Amino acid sequence: MLENIDISLVNWSRAQFALTAMYHWIFVPLTLGLTYLIAIMETVYVLTGKEEWKKMTKFWMTLFGINFAIGVSTGIILEFEFGTNWSNYSWLVGDVFGAPLAIEGIMAFFLESTFIAVMFFGWSKVSKKFHLLSSWLVAIGASLSAFWILVANAWMQNPVGTHFNPDTARSEMINFWDVISPLAINKFFHTVLSGYVVSALFVICVAGWYLLKGREIWLSKMSIRVASIFGLVASILLAWTGDGSAYHVAQKQPAKLAAMEGLYKGKEGAGLIVIGVLNPNKKVIDNNEPFLFKMEIPKMLSFLGYRDFNAFVPGIDDLVKGNEKYKILSAEEKIIKGKLARAALSEYKKAKDANNNDLKNIWQKEFEVNYKYLGYGFLNDPKSIIPNVPITFYSFHIMVGLGFYFIGLFALFLFFIYKDIIVSKRWFLWLGVFSFPLGMIASQAGWIVAEVGRQPWVIQDLMPTMVATSNIDASAVMITFFLFLSLFTALLIAEIKIMIHQIKIGPKGE
Amino acid sequence: MTIGKKLWLIILFKLFIMFGLLKIFFFPNYLKTNFKTDKERSEYVINKFINKNP
Repeated sequence: MLENIDISLVNWSRAQFALTAMYHWIFVPLTLGLTYLIAIMETVYVLTGKEEWKKMTKFWMTLFGINFAIGVSTGIILEFEFGTNWSNYSWLVGDVFGAPLAIEGIMAFFLESTFIAVMFFGWSKVSKKFHLLSSWLVAIGASLSAFWILVANAWMQNPVGTHFNPDTARSEMINFWDVISPLAINKFFHTVLSGYVVSALFVICVAGWYLLKGREIWLSKMSIRVASIFGLVASILLAWTGDGSAYHVAQKQPAKLAAMEGLYKGKEGAGLIVIGVLNPNKKVIDNNEPFLFKMEIPKMLSFLGYRDFNAFVPGIDDLVKGNEKYKILSAEEKIIKGKLARAALSEYKKAKDANNNDLKNIWQKEFEVNYKYLGYGFLNDPKSIIPNVPITFYSFHIMVGLGFYFIGLFALFLFFIYKDIIVSKRWFLWLGVFSFPLGMIASQAGWIVAEVGRQPWVIQDLMPTMVATSNIDASAVMITFFLFLSLFTALLIAEIKIMIHQIKIGPKGE
Repeated sequence: MTIGKKLWLIILFKLFIMFGLLKIFFFPNYLKTNFKTDKERSEYVINKFINKNP
């Protein structure tokens, strides 16, 4: 008997996951980047022996400590949600995620948490060099911790190195190294680099505010010097890995790329939209113009996606209707193949229950023929393979626009610091202060592109989000949504209040 | 109150809410709570794959 999906349950579960992930990501970028900035400052202290650098290191370490204490374990909530709200999904991926997350727990988390204790409480208890080593290990541990989580996330965008076992309903790992795919490696660097950029912006924000107030002049100038070099290098690498992301998205998630660019009709030599306003009346497969206004770089999207200025980039209409010339199956054909996969799975189960091995083998082979379209078998409307275009498009362009703005900002800060005229550039210092929230916005926008852009899939092409949910009451998810909203908002307010209080006190007490 | 004490209090309060209240009362593991064995859990999820209908 067919069971209808409760869409309100799916929506509340999605809203809750988005809420908790986005709040979690407020704290994580600062942890990822501040640890490196602190380690760099401490390295200068150990090399030069100058007490000012130690004072500076301890000041930023205090601010890092506030963020770490308030943010730590907010990610655990996501694991609670997997078990309660997303049980079908959790069961399916259990074997795949088990290894990376276990490595994360054993290697990275213990590395990070052990040495963080030395970092905070070991100043007078261990040698200078051991303390410095601890600070670097905290920084490396934090990024390693992110690595394994991002490998798991990348697998959901590109499920490779695994095999679906129809007896257990689990994806089983065939090759661990395939799971750490080029997409996963690129995702890791792109994500942690965004954290480094946000952290550099945070340091510039606080140090800039001190300079505007005419206090902590030496500390602020040196902090800006370190942060602008670190931020400039990180933001350039961020743009480079962003290019890598575009390439991988083009290969593995063409619907996401089409939504990111508002590309409805595919073409050879497709241009990259620099700025654009989407036409709100545009629908899939109609004749309305997709943009009210746009500026584009000719042929650049083809080059970014396929390393060929004249390559064909499929648009939304091509992915829905199919395109024979470029051998793109229509969504309807994929839905039929997906339904065949589901039917074969059903017959396989019947044969298994009847202990009929011959029939079981036949249906298993039949299932495997269409397995890669399994997820489409849950869809009815071909248009449902397309993610929300306005959210994906605007988030992508906000992220990219701000990313390039940060490169210029760091370069100018570095220039003014080397010319020693930064104190007189008050307008620019204010720009630095207000750029930190922009960094947070860009970073969140990046995750929106990644996660909204891959809808309707929780696992690309294999499991739609609506199939991943547990059979629980939507009202229960709604209640916990508001509980989390209250808890995380309280934590964020606490973080901001304590952080501002500590910044106002400054490094005097260090 | 020093900053260190304040932060320890926040950490303990947060962990109590997360693990002492939310996890126990609001976030049971659905499959572990409703099924005794992995075989039953597999069976349940396979049936979802076969029978869920948008």
